[in-house]
Amino acid sequence: MNVQTEPRRSKEELMEKLQQPDLITGSEILLRSLLLEGVECVFGYPGGAVLYIYDAMHGFSDFNHLLTRHEQGAIHAADGYARSTGKVGVCIATSGPGATNLVTGIATAYMDSVPLVVITGNVATSFIGTDAFQEADITGITMPITKHSYLVRDVEDLPRIIHEAFHIANTGRKGPVLIDIPKDVSANKTIFKPEKEVNIRGYNPTVQPNKLQVDKLLKAIEEAERPVIIAGGGVVYADAAEELMEFVNKTQIPITTTLLGLSGFPSGHELWMGMPGMHGTYTANTAIQNADLLISIGSRFDDRVTMNLNGFAPKVKKIAHIDVDPAEIGKNVRTDIPCVGDVKAVLAYANTKAKPAKSEAWIAEMQANRENFPLKYNDANGELKPQYVIEMISETTKGEAIVTTDVGQHQMWAAQFYKFKNPRSIVTSGGLGTMGFGFPSAIGAQMGNPDKLVISINGDGGMQMCAQELAICAINNIPVKVVIINNQVLGMVRQWQEIIYDNRYSHIDLAGSPDFVKLAEAYGVKGLRAKTKEEAQRVWQEALDTPGPVVVEFVVPKGENVFPMVKAGDTISDMLMGDSE
Amino acid sequence: MMTTKHTVSVLVNNQPGVLQRVSGLFGRRGFNIESITVGESEELGLSRMVIVTTGDDNTLEQISKQLYKLIDVIKVIDLSSNPMVARELALIKVNAEPASRPEILGIVETFRAAVVDIGPNSIIVQVVGDSDKIDAMVELLRPYGIRELSRTGATAMIRGSVR
Repeated sequence: MNVQTEPRRSKEELMEKLQQPDLITGSEILLRSLLLEGVECVFGYPGGAVLYIYDAMHGFSDFNHLLTRHEQGAIHAADGYARSTGKVGVCIATSGPGATNLVTGIATAYMDSVPLVVITGNVATSFIGTDAFQEADITGITMPITKHSYLVRDVEDLPRIIHEAFHIANTGRKGPVLIDIPKDVSANKTIFKPEKEVNIRGYNPTVQPNKLQVDKLLKAIEEAERPVIIAGGGVVYADAAEELMEFVNKTQIPITTTLLGLSGFPSGHELWMGMPGMHGTYTANTAIQNADLLISIGSRFDDRVTMNLNGFAPKVKKIAHIDVDPAEIGKNVRTDIPCVGDVKAVLAYANTKAKPAKSEAWIAEMQANRENFPLKYNDANGELKPQYVIEMISETTKGEAIVTTDVGQHQMWAAQFYKFKNPRSIVTSGGLGTMGFGFPSAIGAQMGNPDKLVISINGDGGMQMCAQELAICAINNIPVKVVIINNQVLGMVRQWQEIIYDNRYSHIDLAGSPDFVKLAEAYGVKGLRAKTKEEAQRVWQEALDTPGPVVVEFVVPKGENVFPMVKAGDTISDMLMGDSE
Repeated sequence: MMTTKHTVSVLVNNQPGVLQRVSGLFGRRGFNIESITVGESEELGLSRMVIVTTGDDNTLEQISKQLYKLIDVIKVIDLSSNPMVARELALIKVNAEPASRPEILGIVETFRAAVVDIGPNSIIVQVVGDSDKIDAMVELLRPYGIRELSRTGATAMIRGSVR
C-alpha cells in the first residue's frame, strides 16, 4: 500500500507532544484527542463546516486520512475497519448532505453493534435552527440509530466528549456514537487539557455475570440430552472465540453460528452445524427444532434466525441467553436462564465448572444429518456456478482471508460455502442488510489489516452502489481483491419473485451495467473476467498473484437460487431444499 | 398477558434533547405514552420524567430496559408497582353565564377545586387530583360548555412509608 501504516514517531514522543497545554483550536483538540485514543486511520470527506478540521489536518501525518469518493464509502470503510480489528472506526463528514450521507452507514453499524465514532461538522452555533446553508439536525436524525450522540456547544467540552464517545462506542454492547461539531466550536481556541477519566453516571454496562445464573445454566447443560448453542456476533465482538471453543469442547454441545457469528467458531469443528435460519443448514435448523436446551451466546434471536416464532424450537424445555445487553433478554423469546454479562467473562467463568451434557446420541444424530444433508448445488452441466466460485475462493485461501460481502444471494453463498476459521474474518451487513457495504468495508478492513489478504465479494447490483471507491484503492494501492458475482439480475429479489410471487419478475434486470473489467481499468485497477470454471481458476490465481487491487468478475447464470430457504412466515422446519438433491 | 396502566418515573440528565431521546424511544419501539411530565428533580442537573403508559409485564420490562440503554437515563422506577401518590392539574375554561354560575361554583366546591379567573361569560377552574377525579370534573362541567381544557398529565411518587 502507498498508505503508511506504521506510526511516524514513537508513542512516547507523540504522547508527550499531545499532552502539552497549548492554546489550540477545537479542530486541533479533535486531532490530538483522536491520537490519544489510538486512532491510526480515519475515513472522510471535507466540506464547508469541517474546513477548520481539514485545515488542521494540512500537513498532518500522525494518522492516515483516506479521502473516499462518497461519505457512505467513508463510513462503510470505517465500519469494515472496526469489525475486522475490534478498534473504533472513525469517519468525518461535513454538515447537511455530508452528514445525511452517513445515515445508512450509521444504521448499518448500529444494527450490528459496531463501534464507530462518527464526526460531523455543523453550521456555527449562532446559525443552528435558522435553516442555514447545509444545515441538518443530524443528532436528531440519527437519534434512533446511534448508541449516543453529542452536539458540542463549547470547545471546552470537546476533550471530554471525545473521550466519552470512544468509551461508549467500544464498551458494553458496542455501537456508533456521533459527535456533531459546529464550525465555530472547531475554530475556537482553548488550552488543551486531555481527558483521562471517564465518569458517565448513566452508563455502567454489566460485564461480570451473576454467577448463580451461570451455575443454573451449567446444571441445565448436565441434564440436557439435546442441547444446541446458537453463537452470534457477540462472541466475535467480545473476543471470546477461545472461550467458546473451550466451552463447546467441555460441554459437548453442537453449535450453530449466525451470519455475524460465523467467524467466532471454526467451521471445520466436529460439533459445528453451519448457519441457522432462513438460509441455514438442514442440520442446524433441525437441531434447533428438536433441542431441549437452547443456549444463545451473543446472539439476539433475530427474525432471520428464528423465522416464525410460533413454531420456533417447539420441543425446547429451557432457553438460556448470554448477552451483554439486558434488553435483548426476553425481547423476542421467553428466556428461562438469563446471563447478562460480557460473553468472554461469562464463558470464562462457565469454563471453570462446565461438565458435558448427555449429548452422545444427539451428536451422532446431528453428525448423520450433516453427512446426509450437506449444502449442495447443481453442478452437473459444467456451468460456472456462484457457489463454485465461493468454494474456489475458500479453498485457495484456506479460509484464512478476511472476506467482506455485500447483501443478497452472494452473501448467503459466501456464508454457506466459505469456510471461516478466524475471528473477525467475515465482515457483512447482517442486521440492516445494506447493499453497497461490501466493497468500501473491504477498504477499511485492509487498512486495519495491512498484512492480510482481504477479499470483497459482491453482486453486480451492490457493486454499483459504491463502485466509486475504486479510486481510493487505485490511488493508495490498497490491494483488495474485489470479486463480482455477476448474474445480471438482483438475484435475491429474483429468487423471492420466482418462489413467492409466482415468477412475476418485476424490475430486477440489471441490463445496462457497465463492463466491470473496463470500469476497473478506467480507475487504473486491474480487471479480470471469467465465464467458465477453467477461466475462473486461472483468473482467480492471477488475481491472488497480483500485488495491488484487482477486480474479478465471474459471470454466472441468472436462475441460481440459495437453498435451503425458509419462506417468510414459515418456521425453520419448513425448509425448501431446492433441486440439488 | 394483561395490559395495565403503569406510571414510570425516569430520572434523566437535564441535557438538551433528552426529552426527544425518551419520547423517540417510546415512539419507535411502539410503546404507548398516555401522558408525560418533565421537571426539575431534587438534584441539580437532573430532571424527573413521569410517564403514564399501558402494556403487559413484558412490555413494561422492555420499556425499563430500553430506557436504561439511553446514556442520559440514570434511574427508572415503575411507581405503580408500589403504593404511590399521583396528581394531575387541569385548567378548565367553562361557559358561565351569570345564571349558571352558582351551579358551577357548587361543583367546584364539591371537588375542592378553585376558580382562578372570572370573565364576563366564562370562568377558569383549576382542579388538582388523580386523573379519575379530573375526568369526573370534566364530565360534570361538560354540559355547561367547555371552551378550553388543559391538563398537565400525572406526576407521581412513592409514598413515604415505602423505603
